Amino acid sequence: MTSNKREKSLIVIQLSGGNDYLNTVVPYSDGKYYDNRPVVNIPQDKVIPIDDRFGFNPSMGPVKSLWDEGKVAIINGIGYQNPNRSHFRSMDIWHTAEPDTIGKEGWLGRAIRDIDPQGDNVLTGINFGRGLPRALAVSGVSVASVGDLDTYGLFPDVQDEELRMFTLEAFSRMYGNTAGRDPVMELLGRTGQDALQGADILRTAPAMYSSSVEYGPGPLAQNVKSISQVFHANLGARVLYTSYGPFDTHSGELLSHAKLWDEVAGAIGSLMDDLKEHGTEDDASILVFSEFGRRIKDNGSGSDHGSGGVAFMIGGAVNGGMYGEYPSLAEAEQIEGDLRSNNDFRSVYTEILEDWLDLDAPSVVNGQFEKHGILKS
Amino acid sequence: MINNDTALMAHLLRRAGFGASRDELEQYLAMGYDGAVEALLNPSHPSNMPDDLIRRYHVEQSELRDLPGSAAYWMYRMISTSCPMEEKTALFWHGLFATGYAKLNQARSLLNQVEMFRRSGLGSFEDLLVDLSKDPAMIVWLDNNENHGDAINENYGRELLELFSMGIGNYSEDDIKECARAFTGWTLGNAEYMSIRAAKDSIWPYGRIAWHFDYREEDHDDGEKTFLGETGRFNGEDIIAIIVKQESTARFVATRLFQFFAADEINEAGEKTVQDMMATYFSSGYQVRDMLRTLFHSDYFKSEEARFARVKGPVEMVVGAIRMAGNYQNPALGIEKVSNTMLYMGQGLLQPPTVEGWHEGEEWIDSGALVERVNFVAKELSDVRSPGVRSIIDRLAASADQGVLDPADLADGCLDLLGPIEVSDETRSVLVEYASRQGDLDLSGHQPGDEAEQRVGNMLRLVAATREYQLA
Repeated sequence: MTSNKREKSLIVIQLSGGNDYLNTVVPYSDGKYYDNRPVVNIPQDKVIPIDDRFGFNPSMGPVKSLWDEGKVAIINGIGYQNPNRSHFRSMDIWHTAEPDTIGKEGWLGRAIRDIDPQGDNVLTGINFGRGLPRALAVSGVSVASVGDLDTYGLFPDVQDEELRMFTLEAFSRMYGNTAGRDPVMELLGRTGQDALQGADILRTAPAMYSSSVEYGPGPLAQNVKSISQVFHANLGARVLYTSYGPFDTHSGELLSHAKLWDEVAGAIGSLMDDLKEHGTEDDASILVFSEFGRRIKDNGSGSDHGSGGVAFMIGGAVNGGMYGEYPSLAEAEQIEGDLRSNNDFRSVYTEILEDWLDLDAPSVVNGQFEKHGILKS
Repeated sequence: MINNDTALMAHLLRRAGFGASRDELEQYLAMGYDGAVEALLNPSHPSNMPDDLIRRYHVEQSELRDLPGSAAYWMYRMISTSCPMEEKTALFWHGLFATGYAKLNQARSLLNQVEMFRRSGLGSFEDLLVDLSKDPAMIVWLDNNENHGDAINENYGRELLELFSMGIGNYSEDDIKECARAFTGWTLGNAEYMSIRAAKDSIWPYGRIAWHFDYREEDHDDGEKTFLGETGRFNGEDIIAIIVKQESTARFVATRLFQFFAADEINEAGEKTVQDMMATYFSSGYQVRDMLRTLFHSDYFKSEEARFARVKGPVEMVVGAIRMAGNYQNPALGIEKVSNTMLYMGQGLLQPPTVEGWHEGEEWIDSGALVERVNFVAKELSDVRSPGVRSIIDRLAASADQGVLDPADLADGCLDLLGPIEVSDETRSVLVEYASRQGDLDLSGHQPGDEAEQRVGNMLRLVAATREYQLA
């Protein structure tokens, strides 16, 4: 790889709780949609048409603009065989890429290990939000989890800046001098130093970034802004992850789902504007996914857990368009009242790994999967 | 100089509990070491935060419908119990017989399993395995409700041998099948209906319905079976009776108890103790309590090399700090946040990652988790408003000549009252230097929250952030 070419980064936005596919990419010309959704539907005149069959949820205006620029791939009917309707289990399946056995290693954790086998850069993978999604978790792989970029690091609750610096300095000395100790003390020392180093580097990111783009005040927009700051600080971050939700719209769906997508579409729109302003549109691709879609029939106020969902890839290097087939709403085609997934999620993972991150995919996703051709090579 | 009796008692309470404040430690010291071991191993009438009080504050902990509320409910028990060993034992079996919410969507049944661990966890290992095999959460977790007389499902049979008793390499694939046959018919009451409810993941119309065990004779394969060389028309109990006789089972139980209650690594002296525990296993009729008594009285356990020989697990870390600080003794909003903090550190209660449980020891430590661990404990123990921290300040003030501590007194006093914690010379010199920045500390006439108290809080924060504090 030539040195003047920036390495590609993946940005993941996880929609937690089960995003309602039918009300995201709406099959507005299909009568069966309105038959099954007497209450929780998007009326034809409110849909933002994509073509004469499908349209975006009215809250997705910024996504539609990107679609018009050819930067949005809609990946239809995505999921896996034998759908599991538990949030936790289904999310685990997406995270570990193992639908049949209970896996432990996250697919992106493995990717990070393959990108940086020696763990030279403590910031190769970063989660924005607290805790580590299992997608990023592999034993021995350091991934920073940033709750708030401005206060990230040790002792965030110490208000007095001088006291904090003094405490950090003491911490650094207490975790230094690791050689020759017993292995656990050595590991603790090294890890403490990694944490300090990661925090030190990350804290420089906001200062290295300037942009005319104004992100919204919502939690996703703010996390996405942090993603942009870190990405543009050229710290070698290759996988930047964040989650948003809850998309678990069992009741009051029309109102809550609209609000959720206002936030998601707004954040994506701002991020893409920001990338454009920095001339980095072709260096980052965004994956948006959820653990499952929702039941075809509404429950009078919301919709229950279903199967078969939609994912999006968005970016300058994306070949915009519809991929896969929208599953039929016909009763005979349903699986226990749900959309039948016809599109294995590991195909998208394979494509991201091979064509974007330049890695060997089968060892990460546990098998061979056909690619869609979503990413420009 | 740290008093060795105090240091040993603190060690025992870190193992058979979640660490102890100095007040608690003194109560146990008054019993003597042997008396303390017996008190811990025979939990009777534990006092803890009562359910009716919890329910007044937490709807979600009344319904026990979802995971966060249910995990927080167990947190309260660990924080407030007067019998910490009972909860520590339940936590041990929860990690070993790891059953997770993800597949179950059934927190109430999971908490019933935890209650079973409290009830049976220190008794006979044979009885415990029978209870485990009849536990509804376990039955669903490992598919024994799909294990039928005419079509076996091996999942439970396999893990019973591999992960819950003998360990891999001590039986054949045929033994697994025969074991699975013996457990056919061990299922849930109303299994078909419960399975439909689970598939729909419906909380309507009655919320979650706790499962119960049912034995279906007509679905049980009553034929002859050959298991580990013995032949008979075995049922599940007969299989368990054969399992518990095995040397490999004794070694398995002794090893796992040792690693959780003594040290992550088993050295030569530790191996001798494991063998003594195995001997107790057989001589006592498989009694877990007796094995632990052997452990706690062993030379190894009492020796200095056993101290701080474990990396604290996140639950121990969080519960230990909260108990030390004396917080959450009454219901308070925010308990779910605290419970989530453990998840951020890599150990969510009721949600072990797989049936293998958590990978413990060094694997608790990665940079994200370490930041969470240090930040939580540092914050919890530096807040001078917390009752436990106030008590530390009072003890420091009382210990000082005219209420004045020099920097070394302050560092040593904090190390003592938070443990006692033994630290390396380098660590101690950083602590003392940190304290010397502001010279001697005058605690005479200290007032809640004043600058003098805050200096103690700052010192406690730094002690809580040491490498040594990460170890139990």
